[in-house]
Amino acid sequence: MIPAAFEYHAPKNLEEAFRLLDRHGDEAKLLAGGHSLLPMMKLRLAAPRFVIDLGRLKGLDYIREEQGHMVIGAMVKHAEIEHSSLLRAKCPLLPEAAAAIGDVQVRNRGTIGGSLAHADPAADYPAAILGLDAVMELQSNSGSRTVSAEDFFVDMLTTQLRPGEILTQIRVPVIGKGSGTAYCKLPQLASGYAVVGVAARVTLANGKLAQVTIGVTGVGPKAYRAENVENALRGKKASDKSVAEAARHAAHGIDALADLHASADYRREMAGVFTRRALALAIARAAGKKA
Amino acid sequence: MSVEIQVRVNGQPRQSTVEPRTLLVHYLRDVLGLTGTHVGCETSLCGACTVLLDGRAVKSCTMLAVQADGANITTIEGVSGLNGSNGGLHPVQEGFWEKHGLQCGFCTPGMICASVELLSKNPNPSEAEIRHALHGNLCRCTGYQKIVESVRYAAGKMKARKR
Repeated sequence: MIPAAFEYHAPKNLEEAFRLLDRHGDEAKLLAGGHSLLPMMKLRLAAPRFVIDLGRLKGLDYIREEQGHMVIGAMVKHAEIEHSSLLRAKCPLLPEAAAAIGDVQVRNRGTIGGSLAHADPAADYPAAILGLDAVMELQSNSGSRTVSAEDFFVDMLTTQLRPGEILTQIRVPVIGKGSGTAYCKLPQLASGYAVVGVAARVTLANGKLAQVTIGVTGVGPKAYRAENVENALRGKKASDKSVAEAARHAAHGIDALADLHASADYRREMAGVFTRRALALAIARAAGKKA
Repeated sequence: MSVEIQVRVNGQPRQSTVEPRTLLVHYLRDVLGLTGTHVGCETSLCGACTVLLDGRAVKSCTMLAVQADGANITTIEGVSGLNGSNGGLHPVQEGFWEKHGLQCGFCTPGMICASVELLSKNPNPSEAEIRHALHGNLCRCTGYQKIVESVRYAAGKMKARKR
């Protein structure tokens, strides 16, 4: 399996990358870590005439703290997020989700920006990004704009990215006192992709759920916020019963996918089960219980 | 349109002109003649094509040769030349020999490269950590138990050597 022939460009900086994107339009594809694009090119599901490799570009591989947020460059690899001591302390949901991606070799090459821009409906990061209410920075020749995680995912393999734009940065809030997060996943055993993956973030105040955000991946054509569950739990007591009841509606109104690995009904059922588990774990962590 | 790349493979500097679509695994096998790196599933799943890129395990079927430009690559042919092996078998290779970590041997080059990365980061891995690190390497002879024992043997051997 060899990709169709293409012209290769490796820009040294973002300006050069924007110029190439503008010149080649939709005949060009951006290559980050290559773990979404290259498999598609090998299967000839994608055959771009121009490949613009962002791997030589300097300055998009940082993880740093800025005014109560963690900012992450789009070219940071999954393994770097998984093992970042800064992220483990300040935003443990991201390393937890990164560790659930593929395998060691995939995590050594794949990037957070590449995965998010590809928007595979069974990828792990989209759930975490939604659960953290992240903000994405999209840059182009004509400037930059920010898009919330909720708005970023449009449909299967489709995002808000416009022609000529590059996802350059992901911004997530630092975890606060009384907050806990968790990512729970039912993997498809051969590929490691999520049949269902749920990221939960909760904040406890006097035993009540002051804040709840839940991102769900794998179930529908795009990752989504389980707003039904969030609304049902906000302000309520954080009990096993209330969580179990609310979690049942995690796939409400979602047109669930059906494939070889799971029927639509099974995905909906598992969305509930894994939402319950992620919430229970996040609540235990928020309460300071080691789990 | 071909592209010139310079890489260091098993310690040797190599300069080649490649088509951009050439996958790293084909470059290693067909251009450099290093056929120890195997092509298994070709879909980034089986890990038979695993090599070390600047010390990190990567699937060479899911990488373009041009992406490796400037990198230091170690294939199974070069593992015995890594630090501390003195030209003989690398402790991981020795482990696979002593503990019968292979039957047909097809997955072995990838298994060994992935294990070498694991032990470079974690010299004393638990059984669970070994299994986690080898999650991306499939063995169809169902020899995982022996493979885990091989890696544990290697860890012990490397620890003893350091003393």
